[in-house]
Amino acid sequence: MLNVFKGKPKYMTVKPEIGKQKEFPENLWTRCDGCGKVIYNKELDKSGYLCPECGYHFRVGSAQRLAMLVDKGSFVPFSPLVASNPLDFPGYEDKVIKAKEKTGLDDAALVGKAAIDGRECILAILDFSFMGGSMGSVVGEQLTRAFERATAERLPVVVFSGGGGGARMQEGIFSLMQMAKTAQAVGKHSRAGLLFISVLTHPTMGGVYASFASLGDIILAEPGALIGFAGPRIVEETTRQKLPSGFQTAEYALEHGMLDAIVPRPQMAQYVSRLLAWHR
Amino acid sequence: MQAFEWEKPVVDLEERIRELKQYCAQAQMDFSEEIESLERKASALRREIYENLTPFQRVLMARHPKRPTTLDYIGLLFDDFVELHGDRTYRDDGAIVGGIALFEGQPVTVIGPQKGRDTKENIARNFGLPHPEGYRKALRLMKQAEKFGRPIITLIDVVGAYPGIEAEERGQGLMIAQCVEEMSFLRTPILSVITGEGGSGGALALGVADRILMLENAWYSVISPEMCATILWRDSSRAAEAAELLRLTPMDLLKFGIIDDVITEPLGGAHRDHEFTSRQIRSFIKRYLAVIRRMDVNQLVEERLARFRRIGRFHDKSSQSLL
Repeated sequence: MLNVFKGKPKYMTVKPEIGKQKEFPENLWTRCDGCGKVIYNKELDKSGYLCPECGYHFRVGSAQRLAMLVDKGSFVPFSPLVASNPLDFPGYEDKVIKAKEKTGLDDAALVGKAAIDGRECILAILDFSFMGGSMGSVVGEQLTRAFERATAERLPVVVFSGGGGGARMQEGIFSLMQMAKTAQAVGKHSRAGLLFISVLTHPTMGGVYASFASLGDIILAEPGALIGFAGPRIVEETTRQKLPSGFQTAEYALEHGMLDAIVPRPQMAQYVSRLLAWHR
Repeated sequence: MQAFEWEKPVVDLEERIRELKQYCAQAQMDFSEEIESLERKASALRREIYENLTPFQRVLMARHPKRPTTLDYIGLLFDDFVELHGDRTYRDDGAIVGGIALFEGQPVTVIGPQKGRDTKENIARNFGLPHPEGYRKALRLMKQAEKFGRPIITLIDVVGAYPGIEAEERGQGLMIAQCVEEMSFLRTPILSVITGEGGSGGALALGVADRILMLENAWYSVISPEMCATILWRDSSRAAEAAELLRLTPMDLLKFGIIDDVITEPLGGAHRDHEFTSRQIRSFIKRYLAVIRRMDVNQLVEERLARFRRIGRFHDKSSQSLL
């Protein structure tokens, strides 16, 4: 019953690279989904992709996230893995190739060893721009290796989740099993007495939310992030009920006891590093 | 008996044989040769139709309204079932049932999603779509089994966890993750049988087992064929095509190393003969349970973790030069 977001503009932020609306020539401008203000892209770059007017958190790529989070030059990525097509699902290889070309990433997870404000950790960042940040065998394996490496080196893990698709449909049962595989890697790390900080960014849904992302010792979220198991459209269609306002936002999840805290992006690095420091 | 379009020829022929037999009895006439010939024809037709089911036909068989439900199987496979209710936090979710029963004289914990057998029961059981409290109950019973060293048998038949407002508010994703994680480390043997539908996280939450068996007309995947078709073509009526792509049949999953064995059903599906189906399941459970019961519990957990650790197909770039 996983919902895979696909071309649903209602929940898409306008990314600078696809801000192709005619009234904003040359991708110089982006309209804020929060307040509708038109923002100069250079200004967005400088603000860490926050709306200067309303503080709306635009989605950021993994490279940008990395740059605003870790100590300069500290990130050492794991060796890359590349998706195969275990079900011979038609069109999957093309989709992966296109996503690679578009993003310059190998798959949806950027994983490596890093330092945040001088504190060493294993860091994983899911990138929405690569097939919606969905988890197939590669993402599952990378996350698993992240927790295994952290367990071996007795390091904390910090994961920024953000994948509207949850599990990657094109890998069928193999995707589903990544939920078990990653949850078990988290379990071993946890049972070794080590810290896992799970940060939920927009959007964290489906099989990503229903596995490792939910299993943090501390679960944080960015303001406004969509968080849940079933997508809002599926919930609406199944229940034929009007969704409550703010349904499945980080604020809603906090109110219902599903999060430890909401942390605005500018405070994130400091917030995480403080928690890392207290769990030496 | 509700019949699917593709089994009409068999069902019609069976009906004709029944009528002829009735007529013979009434008229006291002997048509035994004709009947025999028709029955031979029917049996050939049955084999032709049921041994070549498409993946989507299997999905439909898995959803047959007369297919045995979890409670039907519990009644047929176990003795002295004591149902245990409630998650001790919020409520009792009728979409998942569980309790203790005897299997071949030994106490086991048995748990599974429960679909309704009629409209009224379906409403009470939310059409077999569990809320987080259902999974919390399941986890409670599994931990109880671990405490008392009882094996756990899960019977899985669920299209998915309920996508509802309250289910989301009470942490559907979180509960599934917790079930999966905690089940992985339980120090007691776990055996899962996918008896009908194995829909995504809602099924996986009860399926992290030492041995995973699957009925012949069952399916297990990350997404239902209808949802997959909706995503691919914005057209859920193309579910049959999606079912082909998803490789969700037990035969596919056996090849992929996801499950351990396929349990054969009576020709025409489990709903045609509940007792026969249960005898089949019973003999498979007996065989596999005996193996995992004998294992040292440390080794059991280690192998369970290793089983899932291995799953995944990808290219390792650093070693690609060797390929």
